[in-house]
Amino acid sequence: MKIRPYGDTMGDGKIQLSFTLPIPYDAKGEEAAKEIARQMKLVDPQVVHGESLNEGFSFYILYGRMVGEVDTDMIKVRSVESPSRSKEDVEQLIAEKIGRDLVFVGASTGSDAHTVGIDAIMNMKGYAGHYGLERYKHVKAYNLGSQVTNEELVKKALEVDADVLLVSQTVTQKDVHVKNMVELVELLEAEGLRDRFLLICGGARITHELAKELGYDAGFGPGKYAEDVASFAVDEWLRTHQKAR
Amino acid sequence: MNKLHLNKETIADCRRLAHAVATKTQQFIDRHTTDSVERATLRLFGVDGVDFEDVPIPNRIVDHWKQAGVLARGASNLLAEALAATGWSLPDLVKRHIESDVPLFGYPKLPKDRVVAILEPYWRPIKESILKGRALREERLAASPKHKTDLYVIVATGNIHEDVKQARAAAVSGADIIAVIRTTGQSLLDYVPYGATTEGFGGTYATQENFRIMRKALDEVGAELGRYVKLVNYASGLCMPEIASMAAMERLDVLLNDSLYGIIFRDINMRRTIVDQSFSRRLNALSGIIINTGEDNYLTTSDAFDEAHTVLASQFLNEQFAYFAGLPANQMGLGHAFEIDPNIENSFLYELAQAQMAREIFPEAPLKYMPPTKHINGNIFRAYEQNTLFNMIVQMTDQSIHLLGMMTEAIHTPFLSDRHLAIKNAKMIQTAMASISSEIAFPRDGLIETRAKSVLDRAHALLAQVNEDGLFATLEKGVFAGIKRLETGGKGLSGVFLKADDYVNAVMDERGNAR
Repeated sequence: MKIRPYGDTMGDGKIQLSFTLPIPYDAKGEEAAKEIARQMKLVDPQVVHGESLNEGFSFYILYGRMVGEVDTDMIKVRSVESPSRSKEDVEQLIAEKIGRDLVFVGASTGSDAHTVGIDAIMNMKGYAGHYGLERYKHVKAYNLGSQVTNEELVKKALEVDADVLLVSQTVTQKDVHVKNMVELVELLEAEGLRDRFLLICGGARITHELAKELGYDAGFGPGKYAEDVASFAVDEWLRTHQKAR
Repeated sequence: MNKLHLNKETIADCRRLAHAVATKTQQFIDRHTTDSVERATLRLFGVDGVDFEDVPIPNRIVDHWKQAGVLARGASNLLAEALAATGWSLPDLVKRHIESDVPLFGYPKLPKDRVVAILEPYWRPIKESILKGRALREERLAASPKHKTDLYVIVATGNIHEDVKQARAAAVSGADIIAVIRTTGQSLLDYVPYGATTEGFGGTYATQENFRIMRKALDEVGAELGRYVKLVNYASGLCMPEIASMAAMERLDVLLNDSLYGIIFRDINMRRTIVDQSFSRRLNALSGIIINTGEDNYLTTSDAFDEAHTVLASQFLNEQFAYFAGLPANQMGLGHAFEIDPNIENSFLYELAQAQMAREIFPEAPLKYMPPTKHINGNIFRAYEQNTLFNMIVQMTDQSIHLLGMMTEAIHTPFLSDRHLAIKNAKMIQTAMASISSEIAFPRDGLIETRAKSVLDRAHALLAQVNEDGLFATLEKGVFAGIKRLETGGKGLSGVFLKADDYVNAVMDERGNAR
């Protein structure tokens, strides 16, 4: 199917955007804003709002139309394929098929001081009504908190004989999160430990695609909860261990 | 003001309990000193700069004393004895120590009053310059337009020169307070970097030169705008006292300064940071710097509805620790936050109850109210709406320091336009709801009054428990933010010393007053 953004009529291609320019706000600034939209291949750009941000900066809100189309049949997405199960189903599956506790070790690694992501997945309380892994029967969950080095994470994982490593990256500047995550994979590979753990990452800027590229088994972005992560971990554990047998 | 009909006796008993906790902790504090307290003391005598390997001179000297096992006597004794024995000036002595390893210990001991007298010529000009800065701030604030709420925004580019551009633009847009967020991980550094810096992640290094650069920029833009623009940084982590000393010297106006925050969220050792905090707060009392405390952060890991009482209990504790350090109520920017899940029915009313309660219990404190962060999900339009609700509570309950929420929270460090839109949002509410706080009454036994009562009662019970257990054991139990910390765990314990019998500090007397 070929599509365009939908404003109020099928095919109108309406797009809304806003940005700041490093020039004062005036007629020239507005024209520059429109020209930027044109270079983005938007047709009939309209500046609906512009104002000075002071100190030689200005802010614009624009609407425009795109004339190109996107063919959705041509789009391939890599997403986590495991079905999402309920907490109870995950617990039952571990009890029946794995027969021992599944051990998760998680942390917000590197310089990231934010624990919102890892807490949402791991802490008892969970997030938005979805309980975290600490509350799961047959799961041992170790949340190491924030600013944990990759070395500490691996050390703890070995100490508690972890099955799954969870890495959270919340706030990131200049793509420092990518560097961090790559370093963990390199560390595990150098120590010959990569195959010993399921390696899962999550965070506001994480996609499954990115996770796979970086050498992780899965990546979970916004809107994913403990049960999504646990479902994947259980399936993947069963898949790899059955293969081994 | 008692719109919520809070029980005055319960409040008084909370204060009594918090005072008892602080008294016991203060006894520990008074017997100890730390690496960073002694480094800050050196800085307050004018010792600054770095050696050939970029090691800050105060670190070089304190490490020299630590290796010799003499630091427990304090920098003042050791320095004064070296000065008296050699006859050199302090700058000469330091230069010879750095360049030719002249030792700074092993000289004949001196009585306390001699130590104080020898160092007085170095401390006095710095003290006078701090007091001059304080007077200048008061004068400029008196000449600025009055308002009950200060709008507070952050800049966090990593580059101090880029920060200056963003800070100036924010001030012109209407910001009253600019905070330069520190680079991630600085709280864990056991030294303060030197000079102007242009590389940082998620923030900019706190250095004395960076303080100076931003102070100058804000003074300039403030003069253009006809109002004083306040500057904030962070006296937390392992170098708390040193940052407080630099902030005093460079006329910062507000410092985040809360050891509980460092213990819980940065895993700083509790003995270390509680001693450091006391010295920092005493400096803040001298320089007139408002402290901000970090209770609001508990709600980023704990649930804001269920654990609201831990915030109040912590505010009571922070208040008493601040009194012990000589800080008056009008310098206590106690923290709280708007973090209840907006999907909870009546969440706005519970937020209102909490904010009004804090306002009534701490009427003179310049309360620092933090915006929603936890339940912001990347939908910038929804976030803008949440911030509007938050801004309304600020106005309805007369909060003092209004930290503006960004609609791009958790997406990136704020764009110039994000900050501008946030300021415009807050200003619109300030204007549209200008007199709302004096037009509100709460029905007796209504949802809001009942909620405030319940939070106060739970805080009271918690403080009774903390008093029984002691502060350190409470932190070991993970009462605050659900995070457990060991008294002998965390970073920085090796820098804590039991003071020697003849310990003296030539900057502060035994009661913690500046000499």
